[in-house]
Amino acid sequence: MDTAVHSRSTRTPLIFLGLGALLFVFGSWWGLFIAPAEQYMGDVQRIMYVHVPTAWNWMLGVIFAFICAIAYLINGKPKWDARMEASVEVASLFALLLCIQGSVWAKPTWGVWWDWDPRLTSVAVLLFAFLGIIALRNFVEDPVKRAVWSSVATIIASVDLPIVYFSVKWWNSLHQQQSTPQTVSSAFHLPLRINALAVLFLMTGFIMLRTRVAAARLSEEMAPPPMVPGPAGELA
Amino acid sequence: MIAALRKELLLQWRSRAQFLAVFVFGASSLLLFSFGIGPNAEVLRQFSAGFLWLGLLLSSTLTLAESFHDEMENRALEGLLLLPSDPRALYYGKAIANWLQLTLLGSALIPVMVVLYDAGTDRIVALLGIVALGAAGLSAPGTLYAAMTAQVRGKQTLLPLLLFPLIVPALLASVKATSLVILGDPMDSLRAWVVLLASFDAIYWALCGLLYGRVIED
Repeated sequence: MDTAVHSRSTRTPLIFLGLGALLFVFGSWWGLFIAPAEQYMGDVQRIMYVHVPTAWNWMLGVIFAFICAIAYLINGKPKWDARMEASVEVASLFALLLCIQGSVWAKPTWGVWWDWDPRLTSVAVLLFAFLGIIALRNFVEDPVKRAVWSSVATIIASVDLPIVYFSVKWWNSLHQQQSTPQTVSSAFHLPLRINALAVLFLMTGFIMLRTRVAAARLSEEMAPPPMVPGPAGELA
Repeated sequence: MIAALRKELLLQWRSRAQFLAVFVFGASSLLLFSFGIGPNAEVLRQFSAGFLWLGLLLSSTLTLAESFHDEMENRALEGLLLLPSDPRALYYGKAIANWLQLTLLGSALIPVMVVLYDAGTDRIVALLGIVALGAAGLSAPGTLYAAMTAQVRGKQTLLPLLLFPLIVPALLASVKATSLVILGDPMDSLRAWVVLLASFDAIYWALCGLLYGRVIED
């Protein structure tokens, strides 16, 4: 059992979280008050300053979960299982946030809450796949089985992500193509980058903290059962 | 692997009543879908491919969840693992047997669809081919997940929870290809969907075979 993960203090993740929160306030303030409003969509577009950073970091979170799953299957160290548990949960949270932010943006812009846009649909599919993995983890009591199975499921779900993306893109393009203004002018760049960094710090902090919780639970599960003190002399 | 496949097929043959029950389940779900739409023949025909695949998907969770039932009794899985054979052979034996069963189930549901939704077609061979490819997409990850979920409580919930998001591309391609066969293919895009479906199958038949050993060994 690798106790290094467990015993490390929570100072580093808290520094990350604090830094991320500060940057996030600064970047959002810039995005809300300093950056110019977008020509066609007006102030609605400002949700981009949280949405796009969330999306980028969500991708990183999924990739990290995938790496953790492979690492666990290769070397079998519990710390990779703890990291995977953390990143799967944080990636699910980010996917949920993405769906909510996307709907909030889509209603005034496109007039609908939901659109079968490939990115939106892929995020939703992966959200459900990861929720399935979290459910699987809750159902399996044996820590080794739980780690192996959820690694396998994480690998399978991550491999599915690009296939879902391209198949939905293909599927949708045969119906109608939603026009999304992709040209981001340079006036929007700075707050976007600040917030991207902010969310990256926040996510790193969350994953690190959650890893510690997972590792603590794992070491408790894998510890040998405590010796029951019997009446003196009975064993002899 | 041949031996594993033979064992699976023999067991499936002996439990034909189970297959019949699943078929009735699938057929009755096809019947229910039409109540969800209403008696509009044109709309029903248009959505018939989607209904067929949803019916097959729902039935497949029953077949797949049951497919490890025998291994779980008397710890037979551990006995199988003691045999001097590759766990991959066990996986492919089981997956091929599931694939055959789902293909048969899908083919049996086609006449029900044709009758209920007036969705006939002359291209029977193409339709059967798509059913076989789609069933392959269901059975490869389905067999792997069934191996996991059969060993835990709540398997009826867990299997669809894991399987459904995963097979979205296969479902999408199968529905699209089937409806192109039924409703006609003006833009000649059938081939593209079949290629997508076949690549999904290839990826997951390889990947799941690779990972299966880890799932049952530990």
